[in-house]
Amino acid sequence: MAKEKNKNLSNRVGIVETKYYTFAGPGNELRLESGDILGPITLAYETYGRLNRDRSNAVLVCHALSGDAHAAGVHEGQDNPGWWDEMIGPGKAFDTDRYFIIASNVIAGCKGSTGPSSINPATGRSYAMDFPFITISDMVNAQKHLVDHLGIKRILCVAGGSMGGMQVLQWVASYPEMVRSAMPIATTKKHSPQQIAFNETARQAIMSDPAWRDGDYYEIGQPERGLAVARMIGHITFMSDQSMEEKFSRRLKKGRLNFNFDPEFEVEGYLHYRGSNFVKRFDANSYLYLTKALDYFDLSGDRLIPQGKKIDTRFLVISFKSDWLYPPSQSQEIIRLLKRRNMDATYCELKSTYGHDAFLVEIEEQTTLIKHFLDKTQNGYMVADYYDIS
Amino acid sequence: MTSREIRLDHKIIYSVVDRGAKVLDLGCGEGDLLYILARDKKVIAQGIEMDDRAIQECVKKGLSVFHDDIMSGLSEYPDNSFDFVILNQSMEEVKNVDTVIREALRIGTKAIVGFPNFAYIKSRWMMFFKGRAPVTKSLPYSWFDTPNVRFLSITDFREFCSEKDIRIVEAYYLGAKRVLRFLPNLFALNAVFVLTRWDA
Repeated sequence: MAKEKNKNLSNRVGIVETKYYTFAGPGNELRLESGDILGPITLAYETYGRLNRDRSNAVLVCHALSGDAHAAGVHEGQDNPGWWDEMIGPGKAFDTDRYFIIASNVIAGCKGSTGPSSINPATGRSYAMDFPFITISDMVNAQKHLVDHLGIKRILCVAGGSMGGMQVLQWVASYPEMVRSAMPIATTKKHSPQQIAFNETARQAIMSDPAWRDGDYYEIGQPERGLAVARMIGHITFMSDQSMEEKFSRRLKKGRLNFNFDPEFEVEGYLHYRGSNFVKRFDANSYLYLTKALDYFDLSGDRLIPQGKKIDTRFLVISFKSDWLYPPSQSQEIIRLLKRRNMDATYCELKSTYGHDAFLVEIEEQTTLIKHFLDKTQNGYMVADYYDIS
Repeated sequence: MTSREIRLDHKIIYSVVDRGAKVLDLGCGEGDLLYILARDKKVIAQGIEMDDRAIQECVKKGLSVFHDDIMSGLSEYPDNSFDFVILNQSMEEVKNVDTVIREALRIGTKAIVGFPNFAYIKSRWMMFFKGRAPVTKSLPYSWFDTPNVRFLSITDFREFCSEKDIRIVEAYYLGAKRVLRFLPNLFALNAVFVLTRWDA
């Protein structure tokens, strides 16, 4: 249905192409938070809209766990739009007539950027478990190379939901002077024990699949069953009790009980479908490394904005009422810190029943907030003839 | 956007707030007041508002606003974070006014408090002669749908300030169209007080 709707929209970005930037060659490897080094590194990225003359209209869009650089438009000969297509385009929240949008894939992923499935130049084989541990800060350091390469000194806005929101916060922590505004959506400044617990369960599902073979499966085929279960767990956490009730209730696939262990309820069928689809497009080792990066994320205390440090980044923080994976209380934690630091910030908890998925599907209200926030960040208060002052 | 008449209480607050000041508006609604302060007096504006529709309107005006209730929104702010903390036409809905005003005077150098005067002559008339709960221009609600949890008069508020050791810098009494001087507790629909701590 979403696809049908997209096809009819005239305000599309159109045909786009994924580009690649390679850096950190021999002698210039990226120093990682773990102390290890990684190089060379390739980042997959896409751009939409035009960079203006003074290079002041760049917006960096960061993706979530299973996302990629394909955030908007369609690839030649294909019809699947990018993951935030409804938010990026002419006249949309991230208006490509006004802004230059950069969508960058993360390192440790499997969508064209260097990750565990890439060839390790030292061995000529896939890194697999030789891939170093990556943190959100390492992802951001890699993106910084890309932004430098594009000749951008200051980014108008860094935006993203979920893991993308963590990258947003990390950008502020690592390069505050480069970030004019930050838009962390449905995210947290530190991963909670509950979030770590879900991730560890997902990792155990993958690692206990015999086909995982200590990560060394690239010549044989990946641990599909384990990865599918990991993804099923994920999808449960992305929905809400109410959205599941509305979508599936207790409906049965065949209209009656069969008293067997095949998927009988529609919700089971949905999870199986999501799981088996996911293994076709995502690497199990990447899932392990990326969930670890999430779990290591902790910008509490002075790590996001040190006390006494003057930074002028503006914030728009958005959460969703029914999101229990990254609940509003975690966004409020961010807000409490921003108040303590006297930061210019806006916070809105949107009413939605879609759970964590809301940041991808609640378009209208997010569009209003994002559009005007960006406009203010770029232009200041519009001098409109709105009031008579006498 | 069409040009519209600015409210009398907003005009008064507009004249009180210094150019370029840092302002926090508690219960800022759709941000009408903060917008003109930000646009024409170049104040650094921050609002706190509970209603998510109103927040969208604020963001449309380019304002920064927190989705929060007035009370729980204040404790994180360091002392003297703002030059002015505004509590205009929202005190009647606050459960613990004492604490909110104390907090406003902690995080702000000055507090501006505006409220409808319950002792307005027409209110008294309705109570005394008609035996009805008053419905007036500044208190337009019926008893069953009013958001107001408290009703106070100008005299009540002056007494409160003196009991709590709060300094009244200035007080403005508002009729329907202009500022009043004569017997305000009887004739004013609304009042706007500018407060500060004695040690500020």
